Amino acid sequence: MKKKIEEDSKSSNSLSKRSKSKLTNSEELHRIEMKQQDPKIRITNFEEVSLGLTEEMVELETQRCLQCGKPLCISGCPVNIKIPQFINLLKEKNFIEALYKIKADNLLPAICGRVCPQETQCEQACILNRQGEPIAIGYLERFIADWERKNNLKECPECAAPKGIKVAIIGAGPAGLTCAGELAMNGYDVTIFEAFHAGGGVLIYGIPEFRLPKDIIKREIETLEMLNVKMEYNSIIGKILTIEDLRDMGFKAIFIGVGAGLPILLKIPGLSLNSVLSANEFLTRSNLMKAFRFPKYDTPVKIGKIVTVIGGGNTALDSARTALRLGAEKVIIVYRRSEAEMPARKEEYHHALEEGIEFQFLTNPVRFIGDDNDNVSQMEVIKMKLGEPDESGRRRPVRIEGSEYLIDTDTIIIGIGTRANPILTKSIPELKLNKWGYIETDENGQTNIEGIFAGGDIVTGSATVITAMGAGKKAAHGIVKYLQEKYLEKK
Amino acid sequence: MPYEILEKKELGRSGTIYEMVLRTPLIAKKAHAGNFVLLRVNETGERIPLTVADYDREKGTITLVIQVVGKSTKLICNQNVGDQILDVVGPLGNKIHIKRYKNPIVVIGGGVGIAPCFPQAKELRDAGNEIITILGARNKGLLIWKEKMKTVSDELIITTDDGSEGMKGVVTDPLKQIMQKRKISLVIAIGPLVMMKYVALTTNGLGDLPKVKTFVSLNTIMIDGTGMCGCCRFSTLEGDIQFACVDGPDVDGHIVDFDNLLKRAGRFLEQERDSMECYDEECRALEQLKKEVI
Ligand SMILES: Cc1cc2nc3c(=O)[nH]c(=O)nc-3n(C[C@H](O)[C@H](O)[C@H](O)COP(=O)(O)OP(=O)(O)OC[C@H]3O[C@@H](n4cnc5c(N)ncnc54)[C@H](O)[C@@H]3O)c2cc1C
Ligand SMILES: Cc1cc2nc3c(=O)[nH]c(=O)nc-3n(C[C@H](O)[C@H](O)[C@H](O)COP(=O)(O)OP(=O)(O)OC[C@H]3O[C@@H](n4cnc5c(N)ncnc54)[C@H](O)[C@@H]3O)c2cc1C
Ligand code: SF4
Ligand code: SF4
Ligand code: FES
Repeated sequence: MKKKIEEDSKSSNSLSKRSKSKLTNSEELHRIEMKQQDPKIRITNFEEVSLGLTEEMVELETQRCLQCGKPLCISGCPVNIKIPQFINLLKEKNFIEALYKIKADNLLPAICGRVCPQETQCEQACILNRQGEPIAIGYLERFIADWERKNNLKECPECAAPKGIKVAIIGAGPAGLTCAGELAMNGYDVTIFEAFHAGGGVLIYGIPEFRLPKDIIKREIETLEMLNVKMEYNSIIGKILTIEDLRDMGFKAIFIGVGAGLPILLKIPGLSLNSVLSANEFLTRSNLMKAFRFPKYDTPVKIGKIVTVIGGGNTALDSARTALRLGAEKVIIVYRRSEAEMPARKEEYHHALEEGIEFQFLTNPVRFIGDDNDNVSQMEVIKMKLGEPDESGRRRPVRIEGSEYLIDTDTIIIGIGTRANPILTKSIPELKLNKWGYIETDENGQTNIEGIFAGGDIVTGSATVITAMGAGKKAAHGIVKYLQEKYLEKK
Repeated sequence: MPYEILEKKELGRSGTIYEMVLRTPLIAKKAHAGNFVLLRVNETGERIPLTVADYDREKGTITLVIQVVGKSTKLICNQNVGDQILDVVGPLGNKIHIKRYKNPIVVIGGGVGIAPCFPQAKELRDAGNEIITILGARNKGLLIWKEKMKTVSDELIITTDDGSEGMKGVVTDPLKQIMQKRKISLVIAIGPLVMMKYVALTTNGLGDLPKVKTFVSLNTIMIDGTGMCGCCRFSTLEGDIQFACVDGPDVDGHIVDFDNLLKRAGRFLEQERDSMECYDEECRALEQLKKEVI
């Protein structure tokens, strides 16, 4: 064993020397590949698909990093993690310092390492991306977080002395959790109010176990509890308590991170047929309510033999791959644009292909067709072609008249996106919203109402985990500034 | 924050309907007629909706009336005083609009749907309305809360399918008679889908009776109760989609496509049966174990 490591380190030493001699040999540009469960096996279970890096792999990968003087990677990360520094610490096998380095900017590396769309963020910006393959920053981040978990080190950052000022966080998604963590570290007395019986937001009810083990989220919440953050589950703010109630309870500032959870349903004929469902319903049943363990868990889910999923984002892919694991014989994804426009993480798309999911691009549903019992049996679709770019900059799909055809299917899952849920915002009439119902904030996350801040999907519309976390953190700084000016400096 | 069961009693004589009082101070403070809660008994449980049938703001309690129809309702009804329910979320759904109407209001409760009628009748009567109540049940044994409903009604009519109590027949029979005789401002109907469907057909003004505004309470399958999953959606006769949890549960009965709803209600029938069988098996095993220990 020892010998092998020596060999490895020798080879990586030489690698590092070569990389210093600038990038000439294309061989050294290959990044490491993470081990995965065999596709044939993994579609029969809900265990994680990607298995993580070994120390040897980390050594090889960290050697490839050029330690740029002006690192582009940092600007690609929405929370500006000091990427070269943590990679360097990893290279020196100083894992604990590497962990601190990451956690200074990102409290949830085990999550981001797994679900960030790195190919459009940090790794896209990495200089090596121009000449070959970028550093596997996400993998490295995940490695260090997993190392923490494996060694049972719940790294609990140090907290400032308690200030005795109460702050309420509404919603335990990535935005709310991050905001809570920052405030707790600054000595504030934080309570999170969450609608569901578990925290994590989309991380717990949306993203499936095989992509993000729920254990990780549980641990992150335990870390917050170690920072004395209080969790109040089953608490839908706007229903059980209003903003006024929270103020009466002594909360001096409030952060709103309620996400954008309302499903967009396709308003086409047949929507009310049985077994036509939103991805939210399907994923919530399976993930949060654990229908994949029915009848041990009481919540059922029904899929049939052929499942058709509509959409091209992470939600659609997660639904499709979950359906496969629940025993569907065939899973088809129909997406109205082409492969290149798919917003899903690249890695998930590749995994889905490996697992045998069938993609029908440039295809749009026209109507759902049912049998006598109102159970869905077919979906009529039409072929599309790409026209002029639309406001999102992507080429707009247009119908090719006369190209309609039928797809046989037992279940249809609609995963075409979400919008703002008005339950909370409706209960605060004076809160300023934009025309789509999202909350308007300034650069500190402050809304038009004093002491109320917001961030995450409820401000930006559906985005990513890391942008929601970034927004939570920014708002936490805004809150600290506000509370200091208002309550602390006067004293 | 687990929620303790403070009282439990059986209603009627069918052995399937129970009244339970839960300690839920915050929910009790905010609850109104029309609201429901989502309840999960234990870690492996599903979330099921139940109407807040009564509330006591001082004592911090809500009352639920539950009929055993499947695994989850049976699991709840197997809990006893002193036991804790793991999760209770609410108050959800829209409270009903309370105002003074010119003419009487007919409140129709069918089966276990009688319980959710109680707070509606009570709040509307407190606002000065005349309440005519019609209670329907398959038989006498399934009739619940007769005395309680009497306290909030100016007139109380009972129908049973088999004539074992009150008039023999269905709730639409006395409704038609009343509508022929008097002007009615509002009808509220809560009960089985079929009952609500026929009440809506009686009052939609398309037959020989005048049109009367009618509210029905939709009891679709639900998960989150906040508009997030779309599982509770129903189709209107015009083909629009609404969500029972946030647009209801009390909605205009004349716009609901009941036939579609009746088909949707059965969508998990097979799984529900399996779930029930597993649970009964568990219960039997537990009984056996108890016997062996003793
Ligand atoms: C299926 C799916 C897969 C995804 N995959 C990825 C991915 O791979 N990578 C990536 O970066 N992003 C992904 N995303 C997007 C990402 O998850 C979101 O952008 C992110 O979770 C937004 O965080 P948030 O904190 O703003 O809101 P959310 O995660 O939506 O959390 C909001 C929380 O607030 C609670 N809440 C709502 N209303 C109330 C109320 N009135 N009172 C109390 N609590 C309330 C909700 O229950 C929820 O827990 C995915 C999204 C979905 C749906
Ligand atoms: C807003 C609302 C308020 C409700 N209030 C009450 C209440 O106060 N008291 C009460 O006893 N029940 C009430 N219900 C119905 C209750 O939620 C269901 O009976 C329960 O979810 C059934 O769960 P189960 O696992 O026991 O039965 P399941 O195993 O899910 O179902 C068993 C049988 O009951 C039928 N069924 C399932 N769900 C419903 C439903 N929602 N309505 C009618 N039939 C159904 C199924 O088709 C099946 O035949 C309410 C429902 C809603 C949506
Ligand atoms: S948080 Fe996400 S974007 Fe930032 S470095 Fe990590 S993986 Fe890249
Ligand atoms: S840009 Fe790439 S190579 Fe340069 S420091 Fe960042 S990760 Fe390393
Ligand atoms: S229960 Fe989920 S949207 Fe109504």
